[in-house]
Amino acid sequence: MDQIETGSGSVLREYGSEQNLLSKPDGSATFLQGDTSVLAGVYGPAEVKVNKEIYDRATLEVVVQPKVGMSSVRERAREQCVRETCEAVLLSTLHPRSSLTLILQVVHDDGSLLSCCLNAACMALMDAGLPMGRLFCGVTCAIDSDSQIITDPTAQQERESRALMTFAIDSKERNVLMSSTKGSFSVKELQQCIALSQKASEKIFQFYRDSVKRRYSKIL
Amino acid sequence: MFIYLFQRLDGRQTYDYRNIRITFGTDYGCCTVSLGKTRVLAQVSCELVPPKDSRPTEGIVFFNLELSPMASPAFQPNRQSELLVTLNRQLERCLRNSKCIDTESLCVVSGEKVWQIRVDVHVLNHDGNLMDAASIAAISALSHFRRPDVAIQGRDITIFSPEERDPVALSIYHMPICVSFAFFQQGTYLLVDPCEKEEQVTDGLLVIAMNKHREICSIQSSGGIMLLKDQVLRCSKIASVKVSEITDLINKALENDKRVRKEGGRFGFAESMPKERITALKRDEAPVEMTVYPFNFVLLSCCMNLCVRIPVSSPVIVATGTGQLGEGVQSTWGLEEEDEEDECQGEMDKEEKKKKKAEKDEVMVISDSEEEEVVVLNPEAPYVFSLFSEYSYQ
Repeated sequence: MDQIETGSGSVLREYGSEQNLLSKPDGSATFLQGDTSVLAGVYGPAEVKVNKEIYDRATLEVVVQPKVGMSSVRERAREQCVRETCEAVLLSTLHPRSSLTLILQVVHDDGSLLSCCLNAACMALMDAGLPMGRLFCGVTCAIDSDSQIITDPTAQQERESRALMTFAIDSKERNVLMSSTKGSFSVKELQQCIALSQKASEKIFQFYRDSVKRRYSKIL
Repeated sequence: MFIYLFQRLDGRQTYDYRNIRITFGTDYGCCTVSLGKTRVLAQVSCELVPPKDSRPTEGIVFFNLELSPMASPAFQPNRQSELLVTLNRQLERCLRNSKCIDTESLCVVSGEKVWQIRVDVHVLNHDGNLMDAASIAAISALSHFRRPDVAIQGRDITIFSPEERDPVALSIYHMPICVSFAFFQQGTYLLVDPCEKEEQVTDGLLVIAMNKHREICSIQSSGGIMLLKDQVLRCSKIASVKVSEITDLINKALENDKRVRKEGGRFGFAESMPKERITALKRDEAPVEMTVYPFNFVLLSCCMNLCVRIPVSSPVIVATGTGQLGEGVQSTWGLEEEDEEDECQGEMDKEEKKKKKAEKDEVMVISDSEEEEVVVLNPEAPYVFSLFSEYSYQ
């Protein structure tokens, strides 16, 4: 049994979400982690352009829109991370020759942006009622200069860290669906961060369950 | 049909606006406006840039409105539609041409550095009347925005961070707000603040940008309907009433936000999220327990042991951004000319080698063509070789 010395950094900031807040998209959700806020909208299953259609599954398109300026390579990288995660969980073979569009708008970035995008995406997909094999959530860990591991870092903590990693964890077996890292770290630190993210993901999955229970409390 | 009966789909009267809700974010210059179900996000940012040549003492204000694909399935990313161009142009005319922002105060060093204020407006949900919502969001965000304070000493500019000195508000003379009127049946019926369904059946649209001092900043009529003079005057009277109501609302929201920030309370979008809805839920800070699942460690460490260890010297980091692997080995790049000739074409005899060396000091004429002019740069050289004619492989 190994204990990680995480100190006071291993807290998840205050988080919250609101679903179905936009009338036009089929599913929408906003997810807040501390001051970081991302708004997600989903359209689908809808008609797909002939040049993008896949004969046996749905085509997923992810768009990340920054708040200021045009979208650049950074947004494309985030789109790729979110798309790979969603394609791993969505049962896209139930909707062949259809398109699923997921749009993420960054409302405020105060650190842990990619994990906030993943969480907002999952809640929006749930709101849209798209069939998924499992749920997913995103957790960000940062390793600061004292080799302390901080979960859900703020922008200030991210800037001062020597390594930053984001993991997408699935709900069934707590597997890692996607990982995106920056900086240098040892193998042991990576393992510790993954284990810590898996532990933190439990809180987020419980939050998903509570949100859905609350939402359908008048019906059930 | 409904218009004949003077009834609207959502039960409003002819001159009624939908509910307007303005919320500000954590950083200065960020604002979300909900006009009924239409939702718009605006963000103001600033940057020091060289000024335009034609106006060296004025700052630059740049507007960018984007129709997010989230707002409607008809909006595709990176597609210039007519609606987008119309909205952008109208927003520019309303805010830039009305000179509501004092651009002279944005000048730092005349002719060299001025502030460029950039307003990005994102349309998040399209339920009609994007123009009004965008103009309210833009002017609220501009009024909320604070730029960093600067100190000028001769030619040196010092920009203070928000922690060092409080940021400074922009100087805004007045708040122009657009009011949209939708016309039906060749101008017989008119509606204020059309929703999306009403917009789709409208004959023409009249947008009046006005401020609360009853000054008209811009009028735009589209759709090709013919309007009578008294119709336009009537619309402007209605607009002045609506604009003064909306301006009061914006000022109240700004005051609220200022008060909360001063008192040290919580502000930002996190606080403005409605807590009493069943579609919304919030959780407080939660610590993550520190014990670790042991089997994850074992699985991963087994994988690491199976890897073959290749002996590699560890890199030496001399300074940030550099790395050095190995030390003191002679560079094997960039071989000498003799070495190069030794390796290739062993059948060349010594005479040819000497010729080749001499050649390299002379001018090489590549082409045999007699039409080209031959320019000899070293006139004292005894001969000039043509590369292709001399070499023959034996």
